[in-house]
Amino acid sequence: MEAGDLAGALAIGLAAGVVSGMVGVGGGVLFVPGLVLFLDESQLRAESTSLLAIVVVAFVGAWRQHGYGNVRLRDGAIVGLLSPLGVVVGTGLANAVSERVLELSFAAAQLYFAWQLAERALGPAEG
Amino acid sequence: MSSRLVRLAAIATGAGAFSGLFGIGGGTIIVPLLILWLGYEEREATGTSLAAIVVIAAMAAAAQGVYGNVDVGEALLIGLPAVCGVVVGTALQQRVPSRAVSAVFAVLLVASAILLIA
Repeated sequence: MEAGDLAGALAIGLAAGVVSGMVGVGGGVLFVPGLVLFLDESQLRAESTSLLAIVVVAFVGAWRQHGYGNVRLRDGAIVGLLSPLGVVVGTGLANAVSERVLELSFAAAQLYFAWQLAERALGPAEG
Repeated sequence: MSSRLVRLAAIATGAGAFSGLFGIGGGTIIVPLLILWLGYEEREATGTSLAAIVVIAAMAAAAQGVYGNVDVGEALLIGLPAVCGVVVGTALQQRVPSRAVSAVFAVLLVASAILLIA
């Protein structure tokens, strides 16, 4: 691993964390491209590795948000515990399709999220 | 089942599928739907989303681990700086307008999507 790639991976990790805390996501939309572009992972391995990083980041983020009084633990637990059906379908699909299909659909998901965020940024002001 | 529980179950299934398929936590599904379907205020939606993601990502990581796709060393390499970032991010969220964050994030996403497609 070259120094530039290491620095890039660390920087995108930091950025993903900041975004995670501010927007309430796990940071995977940045972890995955970071792992592909800087650490030369395949799309599938990057997605899988991203999930493990997210667990740690989301745990710390949720703990901080709990301190700020922004977590409804009961609803959070319900959404978490009712997710396995979706998780099994999603991981099965990710392992079944080709790398290129996974790359392109991930990029499409990113663009969709970007659109969502742009709408939020350009929409009416909120608290 | 109450309609509230049905909505939470639908959010959970959608977020789980996105998480498993794309290696993300599913917050991009959870946050807007908590606001739209359950009347959450924005900060509460993001906080509650993070709590749900801990469980969802743990299950999805375990499932991908079964397929042998998880690299623990690289997860730490990219995850540890992110832990510092998330502490900063949650603190900033309490005082910075969220639309500014959304704009920056949107630009980052478009840039990395282009790099992935290329």
